[in-house]
Amino acid sequence: MGKVLMKGNEAIGEAAIRAGCLNYFAYPITPQSEVAEYLSRRMPEVGGMFLQGESEVAVAYMLFGASACGERVFTTSSSPGISLMSEGISYVAGAQCPVVFVNIIRGGPGLGGILPSQGDYFQATKGGGHGDYRLLVMAPASVQETVEMVMMAFPLAEKYRNPVMILGDGLIGQMMEPVEFPDHLRTEPTNKDDWATNGMDTRKDNKQNLVKSLYLDPTQLNDHNLLLKAKYERMKQEDVRYEPYNTDTDYKVLIISYGTMSRVCRTAIDNLKAEGLEVGMIRPQTLFPFPEKAIHDAAIKESCKAVISIEMSMGQMVEDVERCVQGKRPVEWYGKCGGDVPTPEEIMDVVRNWKLET
Amino acid sequence: MGKAFKRPESLSENHTHYCPGCTHGVIHRLVAEVIDELGIRGRTVGIAPVGCAVLAYNYFTFDFQEAAHGRAPAMATGIKRVRPDLMVFTYQGDGDLASIGMGEIIHAANRGEKFTTIFVNNAVYGMTGGQMAPTTMPGQRTTTTPFGRDAESIGMPVKMAELLAALETPGYIARQTVIRPKYIVRAKKAIKKAFTYQMENRCFSLVELISTCPTNWGLTPAEAVNWAEDTLLSYYKLGEYKTPPE
Repeated sequence: MGKVLMKGNEAIGEAAIRAGCLNYFAYPITPQSEVAEYLSRRMPEVGGMFLQGESEVAVAYMLFGASACGERVFTTSSSPGISLMSEGISYVAGAQCPVVFVNIIRGGPGLGGILPSQGDYFQATKGGGHGDYRLLVMAPASVQETVEMVMMAFPLAEKYRNPVMILGDGLIGQMMEPVEFPDHLRTEPTNKDDWATNGMDTRKDNKQNLVKSLYLDPTQLNDHNLLLKAKYERMKQEDVRYEPYNTDTDYKVLIISYGTMSRVCRTAIDNLKAEGLEVGMIRPQTLFPFPEKAIHDAAIKESCKAVISIEMSMGQMVEDVERCVQGKRPVEWYGKCGGDVPTPEEIMDVVRNWKLET
Repeated sequence: MGKAFKRPESLSENHTHYCPGCTHGVIHRLVAEVIDELGIRGRTVGIAPVGCAVLAYNYFTFDFQEAAHGRAPAMATGIKRVRPDLMVFTYQGDGDLASIGMGEIIHAANRGEKFTTIFVNNAVYGMTGGQMAPTTMPGQRTTTTPFGRDAESIGMPVKMAELLAALETPGYIARQTVIRPKYIVRAKKAIKKAFTYQMENRCFSLVELISTCPTNWGLTPAEAVNWAEDTLLSYYKLGEYKTPPE
């Protein structure tokens, strides 16, 4: 199949189907309601299941119940909706179910606004719900990459028996770009007979399966948390993804930026290069696991004088960047909220100012 | 001649953690008997609530999921929508279903989800230690209504069966009790009807069961039965509130 021009939100819905996921539960919220509108038409065409739940709270548990009986399921929502789902996400993570969540972030806090933001970085990477758990979080920078990450999310969720989140901003959902759906990313669900509540009759062992997160015995609960921690450590070993840009030069400044924001940074880096100033960039494609080593190694390159985290938030990812740089270079933050995406010129000014000071 | 009375295959041999005089054990047995009689154990998934019955999966011998407080109907919806061939029931108490889970149960019933709910109403929160429930009676003392439930400020107890029966979507809604042996046959009949409607893919089904909680009522098991019969059964009337059209 060749390229087609699609809106990000519709491409998300189609990508899930092409990945082999035919079950979608959702509750409408701007700026991603087009996913539900698209799938309400499309799922019946492919023999899939579409259900609009009564709230994001309920949707999270519909996903939980469906996933717990071994079926591929996913949802899409936006920031306030993800807050409501966060209770359920904690249970899904605790009970080790492979659900895929897509968050097309809008501005916050509270009702905030409906324009693009990256203000949910903390929520996605540090918890959101209660207890010790992590999501595997991927952040696409184009509609094509969104398609690929959605398609990759299902086997990754099954590999770890853990929820996976695709973190996009409103621009990713709303913009139109040419996309293709790679056939090689279509996967078959893994066999879940050893844990899923899919009915004892369907299994060879004919034993009860339980999907639960309650461990009243403190030793058992600690063991359960150690098991979860081991999965998160394995993610750090096996599934860190990032993209370097212009890092084969003697860059003076290193930018860390993800999602739509990183595309603006690319333009700024190209323009500065034309002016004779080299700037490198590491674009995290996974926000958890975070590309810790790549950022550390890029920051301590001899030519590099400073690291700047550029985000559409008031400084969230910068805390992880500081952690990676370990005080070996100055780490700064630049960003904006509210949907007013920083322009290449603004970013060029921020970088130039750094050069003047050092 | 074979055994006239034996443990249902759907019920495990574990000793329950329920208090003396609690009706969960009787209700577990009735559910297990019905599942055995319908021959559906191998394709049944139960959903445990938050509350005293959270460990119900230790006493049944088929697949189980464990919900968050009040969310069991949403989980059951999820299962039935992706695996309509599975037989699914939620087992919920009054705090779980009528308070924090009010939204989930009403919408599941209104969508006509094809699962069964066993609703155990003992007019009090059990697991958390005897706090007021939406079904607590006026004047009833609980740990959060030390002077008795004041209907003026808290409102009247919620009648879930009547409330759900008012929905236009077809369903099977009944209220029975298991507080004395004489009620048990009718209770089991309602449970069996509820599961049968699900097997026939007919409608949502819910059986409310008026129950006792001597521990949190501060009564002996015998006193609890009398109080339930006098006070609860005069407010929560037994019967079938809704049946699906033939």
